[in-house]
Amino acid sequence: MTDTYRVRRGDVAESRNAVHFTFDGKSYQGLAGDTLASALIANGVHLVGRSFKYHRPRGFVSAGSEEPNALVGVGATQSRYTPNLLATQVEIYDGLVAESQNRWPSLETDAGFLNEYFSAFLPAGFYYKTFMWPRTAWKKLYEPVIRRMAGLGKAPAEPDADRYTQVFAHCDVLIVGAGPAGLAAALEASNSDATVILCDEQAEMGGSLLSDRSASIDGMQAAEWTRAALDELRKRPNVKLMSRTTAFGWYPHNFVGLNERVTDHLSNPATNQPRERLWQVRAKEVVLAAGAIERPLVFTDNDRPGIMLADAARTYVNRYGVVPGKQVVVFTACDSAYRAALDLKAAGARIQVIVDLRKSASGHWVDKARAEGIKVRSDSIVRGTSGWLRVKSAQISNAQGGDAETVACDLILMSGGFTPSVHLFSQSRGKLSYSEELRAYVPGESVERERSVGACKGLFALESVIESGAKGGRDAAAKAGFSPRGERSYTVSAQSVGADAFIGSVMTDHQAEKRAWVDFQNDVTAKDVRLATREGFRSIEHVKRYTTTGMATDQGKLSNMNALGVVSKQIDVAVPKVGLTTFRPPYTPTTFGSFAGQSRGDLFDPVRKTSIHPWAEAQGAQFEDVGVWKRAWYFPQVGEDMHAAVARECKATRESVGIFDASTLGKIEIVGKDAAEFMNRMYTNAWTKLEPGRLRYGVMLREDGFIMDDGVVGRMATDRFHVTTTTGGAARVLSMMEDYLQTEWPDLEVWLTSTTEQWSVIALQGPNARKVLEPLVEGIDLSADAMPHMSVREGRICGVPTRLFRVSFTGELGFEVNVPAGYGRAVWEAIFAAGKPYGITPYGTETMHVLRAEKGYIIVGQETDGTVTPDDAGLGWAVGKAKRDFVGKRSLSRPALVREDRKQLVGLLTTDPKVVLEEGAQIVLDPTHPIPVPMIGHVTSSYWSATLNRSIALALVRGGRSRMGEELSIPMPDGVIKAKVVDSILFDPKGERLNA
Amino acid sequence: MLLINCPYCGPRPEAEFVNGGQAHIARPADPMSLTDDEWAAYLYMRDNTKGLHHERWRHANGCGRFFNASRDTTTDIIKRTYRMGERPEAEHQGAKP
Ligand SMILES: [Zn+2]
Repeated sequence: MTDTYRVRRGDVAESRNAVHFTFDGKSYQGLAGDTLASALIANGVHLVGRSFKYHRPRGFVSAGSEEPNALVGVGATQSRYTPNLLATQVEIYDGLVAESQNRWPSLETDAGFLNEYFSAFLPAGFYYKTFMWPRTAWKKLYEPVIRRMAGLGKAPAEPDADRYTQVFAHCDVLIVGAGPAGLAAALEASNSDATVILCDEQAEMGGSLLSDRSASIDGMQAAEWTRAALDELRKRPNVKLMSRTTAFGWYPHNFVGLNERVTDHLSNPATNQPRERLWQVRAKEVVLAAGAIERPLVFTDNDRPGIMLADAARTYVNRYGVVPGKQVVVFTACDSAYRAALDLKAAGARIQVIVDLRKSASGHWVDKARAEGIKVRSDSIVRGTSGWLRVKSAQISNAQGGDAETVACDLILMSGGFTPSVHLFSQSRGKLSYSEELRAYVPGESVERERSVGACKGLFALESVIESGAKGGRDAAAKAGFSPRGERSYTVSAQSVGADAFIGSVMTDHQAEKRAWVDFQNDVTAKDVRLATREGFRSIEHVKRYTTTGMATDQGKLSNMNALGVVSKQIDVAVPKVGLTTFRPPYTPTTFGSFAGQSRGDLFDPVRKTSIHPWAEAQGAQFEDVGVWKRAWYFPQVGEDMHAAVARECKATRESVGIFDASTLGKIEIVGKDAAEFMNRMYTNAWTKLEPGRLRYGVMLREDGFIMDDGVVGRMATDRFHVTTTTGGAARVLSMMEDYLQTEWPDLEVWLTSTTEQWSVIALQGPNARKVLEPLVEGIDLSADAMPHMSVREGRICGVPTRLFRVSFTGELGFEVNVPAGYGRAVWEAIFAAGKPYGITPYGTETMHVLRAEKGYIIVGQETDGTVTPDDAGLGWAVGKAKRDFVGKRSLSRPALVREDRKQLVGLLTTDPKVVLEEGAQIVLDPTHPIPVPMIGHVTSSYWSATLNRSIALALVRGGRSRMGEELSIPMPDGVIKAKVVDSILFDPKGERLNA
Repeated sequence: MLLINCPYCGPRPEAEFVNGGQAHIARPADPMSLTDDEWAAYLYMRDNTKGLHHERWRHANGCGRFFNASRDTTTDIIKRTYRMGERPEAEHQGAKP
């Protein structure tokens, strides 16, 4: 195809290389510097999408990031495919592959437009009204249909092949937006020692100056002045210029998120370049120079391809050198559209008529248009349009009604004035105030260290825009503590286009209004918005949710003010009273890739491994995740499933000796003159009388009296404790200890050190444990008399210093060998070799769980859930009754915590010993009770016990300890299971084995 | 992300800190002498301040120290940070003895 809409005038479109790309499989030619939108327009293509709900044909409305219609999918392969990009922002390059979305089978003949014929049945709130019931129909019928018919692009089918990086940056002054105000601000702020970042979402910096052919600054044409200003800024070492960089979000304390698109515009990006960079900028001062967005007019059938914003057309002509149409009708409520009309006329388009909503049109731009022979109709409106895949004509009448005149056209320009882009200001929690003159919200009082300048502040005359930018730049540098090296002045010659504006529907007679779109992207009409108010919605936040206006990916950049105008008029309440929807980040859609950065794959979540991990891996262990730790779960031998492996591991440990990696246990070294007193206050137990060399099982509560953590504690010296915690609770416990120590008892002389990573812990359990260890240990007498159960000795094992615990979490004679982590694997392998004659068997967490459950030992987080007291868990014996105080003590006497019918830990034995209960299953007294059946407890742990040759379970049951022998019911989907309440200690209740 | 001025380390990003709830709520010296209601008030009742709020922070991924901050809950602006044991500034409304 040839680019018949290309215009060649002056410097535009000269010396630009040809670029070839495809859209919906068809090849096109554009010029370097084109966006996909300008290149398609150059080829006469306006139809680029189908609307969300009614599948109406849609074209380009804008030339920037506010575009609601022209959403495209870009990428030749699935691994580099991005849906929902704006054609107005996508830069073309040789080989670009783009496609339209939300159409089937093709853009021209889309079956979804059948919705158009049923549009009367798809009013506002139709989701809520239509899909209420039956519930099953939602999944089978409504959802798949909605997903297919309503939609945005398709997610790519393959993982993203690109790389994304994240950067932290600090600067004195961050300037958002490089239009006239931003450039002036940058020139002034950087005329000091302040470090300045200037960012802009577009490929080229300059903003509105790039499409201005009439203004001049300092005697230079606007675009020329822009180049000179950028050259000057580039020379300054304290300035960083960032184009293609969107400031998408404001976060507290001048923290601004920038998304830099590094390679999307390149045909062959270097392999070492990331696709995007996420900049997290902390700026001392911020200058917001975000500009303004032109507002559409709301009139019947204002959504056809070929109807666009007036200033967007001016941008296409002046900046990209393409004319969006040759027969133009202009519909406006302000002067800026006249300026656009004149620029289009100069490019060869025929301006059929300018329809001006205002009672009388006058002033520089109106006079100029008339002088050039353009017909101007004031106090008039466009009341309708025709044309399916492209607009064909406009119906024009007096504003109050009357006969309509039909004017042929292939382009309708519209302008309702400009809406300042206050998004970032509002995100910074600055207060907005409503300007009656601009019919828009403008920045009021600031909260953070920022100032708005230029059009985003509601200033539209170039002279005042530049002046406010310069002043803002100087102010920002000064507030950041820098003095300028002098002040420059700017000579601006530009004709103002004033600030007239309009919001709401242009029709005074709503009966005559057909469908007039307020929100193009979500297909919301003025009628939908009025319907919402008739159905009682008053607040704009409610109207928004009911109609979905402003809730599309463009977040209502074009639609919000018009929706407000419609509501305000309909319920006769002033605009500021109707409210304003909240602005939320991101300003424009931002990729997940940029937020994820390097946190993908192996780097998504850190993994902790013990020093013994590689040995377990080599033995073929299966691992499970415990917190961020990888723990050996079981060690299957050839042909074994988990059940068989665990049964074998249990049997070996009970009959001879098992070895277990317990290194993940949390460890805290508590040292100081007042260490014992601190322990007394933190744990339920009494510690004063615990002698050095002894161990004690400690229970820690939260202040509300519920179990928080537990673990074995060794007293190494009068002023030193070796505390162990649960694997997952280590950080939480240390943090709580620090809290009390620093904030409640700063007088105690105690120091806490996390030693989790310092020690490897090798548990050796079973009747032959002592025989295995004895030959390896130096300086410690392991005999039962010299080293009874619950004692600790220091000495050496395999020549390595050790803290040797005699402790058991299995009910067998047991030891836990603590050695410096670096020696963990060597000592483990030495013990394993020494255990060979005894058939030493490595076991994992599953066997550990079974063995401890047989003994009724609890696991915090399994038997407890944050509502379990020591007494509930059968640990009343661990509470030092004589102690005056400890964390949680007072709560234990709260009425609710001493009730007799609290859930208490008991054992459960199923009537059928082969049936293993499900953990978490609910327990009831009478399964025939009508629903809801009162639940009296739940199963906390349940296993097959190879030792007892039957299933076993632990449970929390209301008044459980007084129900010994009672038969309870556990209703399951395939029948009721009966089980008997027994004591929680199911194996060796007298503890003879561990005292051996 | 807040920028929090640790009294020991200086300004650091919020990611290094953990919030510790309302400040200046001392643990009763003799909890067992309190009625259930008094103890429940200590355990559970906290101000839900709109405006200046004194709260505890811990520089968990830094020096590990607890300190207090006076933060405006409507703007997130932190007026002042100060060490444990120090009092909030007298002019700050809502400060409790
Ligand atoms: Zn610190």
